Amino acid sequence: MLRIENLHASIGDNQILRGVDLELKAGEVHAIMGPNGSGKSTLAQVLAGSEAYDVTGQVRYEGRDLFALSPEARAAAGVFLAFQHPMEIPGVGNLYFLRTALNSVRKERGLHELSAMDFLALCREKMKLVEMDQSFMGRSVNEGFSGGEKKRNEILQMAILEPKLAILDETDSGLDIDALRVVANGVNALRSPDRAMLVITHHQRLLDYVVPDRVHVMAEGRIVSSGDKELAVALEEHGYAGVGAEVQASRRSAVGVAP
Amino acid sequence: MTVAPSDVRELVGQEYQYGFVTDLDTDVVPRGLSENTIALISSKKNEPDWLLEWRLRAYRHWLTLEEPRWQNVDYGPIDYQDIIYYAAPKPKASLAGLDDVDPELRTMFDKLGISLAEQERLSGVAVDAIVDSVSVATTFKAKLAEVGVIFCSFSEAVQSHPDLVRTYLGSVVPYRDNFFATLNSAVFTDGSFCYIPKGVHCPIELSTYFRINAADTGQFERTLIVAEDGATVSYLEGCTAPMRDKNQLHAAVVELVALEDAQIKYSTVQNWYPGDAEGRGGVYNFVTKRGKCAGANSKISWTQVETGSAITWKYPGVVLQGDNSVGEFYSVALSANHQQADTGTKMIHIGKNTRSTIVSKAISAGHGQNTYRGLVKVLRSAEGARNHTRCDSLLIGSDCGAHTFPYIEVKNSGAQVEHEATTSKVSDDQLFYCRQRGIAEEDATAMIVNGFCREVFKELPMEFAVEAQRLLDVSLEGSVG
Repeated sequence: MLRIENLHASIGDNQILRGVDLELKAGEVHAIMGPNGSGKSTLAQVLAGSEAYDVTGQVRYEGRDLFALSPEARAAAGVFLAFQHPMEIPGVGNLYFLRTALNSVRKERGLHELSAMDFLALCREKMKLVEMDQSFMGRSVNEGFSGGEKKRNEILQMAILEPKLAILDETDSGLDIDALRVVANGVNALRSPDRAMLVITHHQRLLDYVVPDRVHVMAEGRIVSSGDKELAVALEEHGYAGVGAEVQASRRSAVGVAP
Repeated sequence: MTVAPSDVRELVGQEYQYGFVTDLDTDVVPRGLSENTIALISSKKNEPDWLLEWRLRAYRHWLTLEEPRWQNVDYGPIDYQDIIYYAAPKPKASLAGLDDVDPELRTMFDKLGISLAEQERLSGVAVDAIVDSVSVATTFKAKLAEVGVIFCSFSEAVQSHPDLVRTYLGSVVPYRDNFFATLNSAVFTDGSFCYIPKGVHCPIELSTYFRINAADTGQFERTLIVAEDGATVSYLEGCTAPMRDKNQLHAAVVELVALEDAQIKYSTVQNWYPGDAEGRGGVYNFVTKRGKCAGANSKISWTQVETGSAITWKYPGVVLQGDNSVGEFYSVALSANHQQADTGTKMIHIGKNTRSTIVSKAISAGHGQNTYRGLVKVLRSAEGARNHTRCDSLLIGSDCGAHTFPYIEVKNSGAQVEHEATTSKVSDDQLFYCRQRGIAEEDATAMIVNGFCREVFKELPMEFAVEAQRLLDVSLEGSVG
């Protein structure tokens, strides 16, 4: 579904991604772990279409060149990013926002737009998934939401937009254990053979609930180690220094590449 | 789907949609301003002597005044001798009803989307349509007459209700008020008059559509609304003008009088021609609007959505004279391309426990410059007065500007006056968030801007709120890149 080859990304002189290679098949859940500043969030932003970065390399999504698509075209094609820091949009109702998003995507996918009534029914059903109550719907998008509410709202949006490729950027950060369980249940409910997920996290904790097929460790803009879920457990025990050899190797090669 | 990022400068240039000119046979007086011109206007309108005298007093006073230049806008000199002060569509015959209205005129209204016939049949809104200074058709008069509401053109009121006009004309905005109000007092040609008798709740929303059609005409209309004790009325004003290279001057005066327990809600959607993308042409909208809460417990509320005009310069205010009276001002002002707006309000607290609320939302895009200028004045007599002001500015792109000049004068130490102001940008992050959810960039911008204005839009009557939102979407089309 997704094939990333030699992906580089930078802002100005600041090189953030230094050659990421990754392949994700339909039905798979991959976790990406790594210390702060290793480029995890940049990878998520670049895949979703952020225009803040200069990008080189190749990303094929369902056989298409992902970089030829605008952010909204990617959304319509089924790419979804659950933001680490969801934006607030004052004065715009959550329900209205979601319906506009869904109908924009449906239109691009050649489906008819949902009426307000049909949408409301769909929304009520999906809200149960993330245990959100009705009062969320009348409020402005993310405005005055707690950290946990924002993250649940992201999962609700994901459930409604039904993406093929879901990227979750630190959706677990800042959540207490109950909120984490709610979010994880939401994510698990959306696992399906047609859907791939890229779960970015700092902590192995989330992976106790959302069990990944593969775990990758990122450091200094590259994937330095990959394995099954045991790798995440090892990381939790030994820290990122435990995969130190690979980090060193990455540093050497990065220095070698830089002029 | 294209991925090319849109360009601010290219896209802000939204074409004006109402820029057609209607070929009406027009009766005009010669260019220029003199006592003779004024006498000619007055005689064409068959006015009583006291009104001509009033006009001439205003004119003589005007000759002693200098055009104000303190406002934060920039424009070339206005040649007051090069303006046609009176232009009326020549009636083919005297009008017996809507069916007799000039078909050309009807077509024009159809283009504006306010077919009078439709208005009358469907919307339940009474429209007093003013084209080039003369009120051409007043609908719903009969229905209003049943409850004693007088809603007619200003000229007609001068003929049929001279005492009311004489009592209230200039009682809120005296002819000496300011340069443009004084000019208007000298040369005003028509406008709307509305009188709601004691205890009557006006059964329908009253509406006036203004439109400047003839070239080089100034529009100097005069609106007077009087609500007697316990009366309530909601009044809507909408404006458009055709596209012309030269600037047109619009210097109107609106006076509102609310007596005891009366309520007046005045809503404006102003969409005068703003000039082209280089800033050529467009309407100079220099308007004096003021309401007087003369009686206790009265309330006057101004709501305005200003998306048009090359220059907008107006401060709808409320004089809170009656005890416990309430003044409100809700405003959305948009400046795109080279538009300039210097707008705000004046709240003058005189009576005890008077309250005022000001919510101003300014949006600047392209090279637009938007200024909020507001005065909150609490006199010594205004025991327990309260004011709350919120000024929010939203910037789209990096070539525009937002400015805030609040003036606060408090002479009573028990008064509470609060002022809040924010300036924000439609951020790339917000846009990216919306786009990542599948919402196209332009739709996302419109959504963010509409969200920003929601507080004001909810004050508008329903059909106006929809129109305002649509206007804003159109005016902003492509303001992001």
